Amino acid sequence: MTSAQITFLILAGIAAISAIGVVALNSPVRSALVLVVNFFVLAFLYFSLGAQLLGITQILVYAGAIMVLFLFVIMLLNLGNTNSAIQKKDGKPLIGIICGIGLFGLIASQIILPMGPRGQTAGAAPGYGSPQAVGYTLFTNYAWAFEITSILLLVGIVGSILLAKRRLKS
Amino acid sequence: MADWIQGLHPALQATIRVLLFVVPILLIVPALIWWERRLLSWMQDRIGPNRVGPFGLLQPIADGVKLFFKEDITPAGVDRKIYFIAPALALFPAFAIGGTLPWGPDYGLYGLLTPIANVDIGILYILAISSLGAYGVVVSGYASNNKYSLMGGLRASAQLISYELGMGVSIAAIVMAAGSLRLTDIVNEQAKALWGFVPWLQNWFIFTPFGFLAAVVFIICVIAETNRAPFDLPEAENELIAGYHTEYSSMKFAVFFMGEYAVMFLFGGVFAALFLGGYNLLPLNYMAIGESVPALKGLMGALEGINYWGAPLWFLLKCALGITFFIWLRATLPRLRYDQLMSLGWKTLLPVAVANFIVVAIWIMCTRLYGPAGGFAAGGAAILLLVVLYLNWMNANKKNFPALSSREIELVSGQVPERRGIKMVDG
Repeated sequence: MTSAQITFLILAGIAAISAIGVVALNSPVRSALVLVVNFFVLAFLYFSLGAQLLGITQILVYAGAIMVLFLFVIMLLNLGNTNSAIQKKDGKPLIGIICGIGLFGLIASQIILPMGPRGQTAGAAPGYGSPQAVGYTLFTNYAWAFEITSILLLVGIVGSILLAKRRLKS
Repeated sequence: MADWIQGLHPALQATIRVLLFVVPILLIVPALIWWERRLLSWMQDRIGPNRVGPFGLLQPIADGVKLFFKEDITPAGVDRKIYFIAPALALFPAFAIGGTLPWGPDYGLYGLLTPIANVDIGILYILAISSLGAYGVVVSGYASNNKYSLMGGLRASAQLISYELGMGVSIAAIVMAAGSLRLTDIVNEQAKALWGFVPWLQNWFIFTPFGFLAAVVFIICVIAETNRAPFDLPEAENELIAGYHTEYSSMKFAVFFMGEYAVMFLFGGVFAALFLGGYNLLPLNYMAIGESVPALKGLMGALEGINYWGAPLWFLLKCALGITFFIWLRATLPRLRYDQLMSLGWKTLLPVAVANFIVVAIWIMCTRLYGPAGGFAAGGAAILLLVVLYLNWMNANKKNFPALSSREIELVSGQVPERRGIKMVDG
């Protein structure tokens, strides 16, 4: 095994275990913390693929901002441990497991089959995931998509302000 | 020396770089605590610790020994696993934040020793790691199972998210001016001619109008991010006892303490790298001066050498300057109220940073098109336009509260006590 494969196995292993922990743990705060670990390790997987900007954005946005907000809300509502999902004896867990395995198989088949039995050595061109490369692509080939996405985000911001705004009397 | 380092395995080289960064910080933290206590006591007209060693220099070591041998109490109601992890979560970002911070020039011997990783995303890395700093506080507040600690954690998470934005946008202006996210590039950019036309001085970003504004916004956001006074609401001692670390004792408390000082020190370094020319002692371009005044060429060469070889020392000096500023603020300003904190972050710092960002964009564009003079004219015009727009907006939204003509209170009906220097108001 090459060192790259060992790195991948360690990172992917932690990511998979923490992903299971998110759904398996009872305490919402613990689930959220394990999700932070998952996001953090995913960022390292991106780094190992040469996508620096994507990886650091993953930490900055998901681990650093969104998950802090999640924790904030969980702590504000003071959610205790929940056993409802386990106590209910309906078919939900079974259906969930079957769908999960199905999705896994679908994605894995799309990745493993094209590679052939020997696998492929992945190699990104130097400077592939750098801020310059990403910025250049975003503002040339995908300028329209980028602008439309930013308008969508703007609408989202305005909408959230409208929802949060106090109603004026009159 | 340089050849020997280059001959080593890359992993060993990286280890050397990490050790050269982390060990000095570990050694410097006690000195910082001593400096804070002495300086604060001097500013507040007290004596401060002066018994252990000369000038109380050994006091932090004595405190460390005390904390180490103290009984480590774990309260009964805590969430044990998270309670134990929290101090580590607080310490990790404090040390990891310097991963891309250069403490020396990026050429010659220092180029091999610093920064730990000279990556494309240098400043984004620092932002990302500093945003992880919230977890230590939030998680310890939750795990302590104490309502005051929980309040501290809640305040910390809200505060960090609010001030991250202003910080990010103020840095974005600098990144645009430097044209790179890499910290060594940002430092090198500041070694160029001041404002593009004064070759003898260096273009430290704090000397440029937009850089100064960005520096002010950045330093305020940094103080809020590190939970220092006047933004220390998460640990406000008279409201929340000590906030998130109320339930921590012994070494676990010491770890929080250490993390707080390390992160302050390193943010001083980040400020130096972004605004104060990094490792350069003085904003002088020695080579340019030597060329203009041939008589000084030898002296300037020697000064350049001193500037190069003393780089770590100059960088440490700037970090110390930063931390002194932090202590000065702590001694000067009272703690903000929570609503003041939020309105400062969202309604003042963020708009100012965004306006600064727009001005920098206009300035860069016009400098490229019309040269430095055109750039300054356009930047000045943009600032003027923004100020006029802001004043108009203020006028349009003026609230019609009756202005108080006097703050006197009528104690006895009809008789307002006359005071020195205060004129009585009719009606």
